[in-house]
Amino acid sequence: MKIKYPQWFYRLSSPKWFYTISGKLLPWFTIAAVMLLAVGTIWGLVFAPQDYQQGNSFRIIYVHVPSAILAQSCYMMMAAAGAIALIWKIKVAHMVARSCAPIGASMAIIALATGAIWGKPTWGAWWVWDARLTSMLILLFLYFGVMALYSAFESETAGDKAGAVLALVGVVNIPIIKYSVEWWNTLHQPATFKLTEKPAMPPEMWLPLLVMVLGFYLFFAVVVMMRIRNEVLQRERKSDWVKVVVMES
Amino acid sequence: MGQFNDLSEFLEMGGHGLYVWLSYGMVLLLLIFNITSPWLTKRRIVAEQKRRIRRGDSNET
Repeated sequence: MKIKYPQWFYRLSSPKWFYTISGKLLPWFTIAAVMLLAVGTIWGLVFAPQDYQQGNSFRIIYVHVPSAILAQSCYMMMAAAGAIALIWKIKVAHMVARSCAPIGASMAIIALATGAIWGKPTWGAWWVWDARLTSMLILLFLYFGVMALYSAFESETAGDKAGAVLALVGVVNIPIIKYSVEWWNTLHQPATFKLTEKPAMPPEMWLPLLVMVLGFYLFFAVVVMMRIRNEVLQRERKSDWVKVVVMES
Repeated sequence: MGQFNDLSEFLEMGGHGLYVWLSYGMVLLLLIFNITSPWLTKRRIVAEQKRRIRRGDSNET
């Protein structure tokens, strides 16, 4: 049976369309990301009050929480793109999934490292084998596994499929990370932001955090677009429009 | 300014300076890496393909 999808669905899956649109969006996203990250960092480091128990080490939250959120969102995006690519055989979706992996891995590294640095003065240890920390470490290894599969094959198509399948299987880890602080007794504190409740900290503390989270999302949008555009240039190198783009740049 | 009286107090972070600056420094490094890496890749791709197009090599693998 042949299903007819709306026109925008086909346009969205065209590498050329993506390249053109992302080229227009990139400068604006870059400006917005730089502004949000600058405002959030200064607000968090200089103006936000210190925690009455943790003192100034609390300020690590302004990079720790955004990177941890991003590491998980990026994974979901990678898995969703992988699923779309496998089901509808859309080239751009494979490029998106492939581009997410290294960015997500670096976000997971940031979250784990800043968490360790924060843990030392707060818990007295760099690392504990706690459910939240362990499931985040597994997330990092999943990213490494996906990246390894993507580059392990001579044929790009085989690599695309293998990477997307592992990305999909690894999705089970995401709810484990999310609920690890509720299911198990952990040292890690519960989530700062919940959709259904007000944050437990005062606005002077969580507002800069919100700015940083938005800044990290925009930063992600910028770097993921840069990587997808490279994938487009590389994979569509034989098409005429890419030759024109290459000669003009 | 803000929560601190002077620059040295800001840098010390109430004794937690090492932890705070180590975290932020690492984040800065990784964010810079995430920008420069695709930027360098693009330069490499464009240079390679320009060479290829100039050679008139259309059936490369």
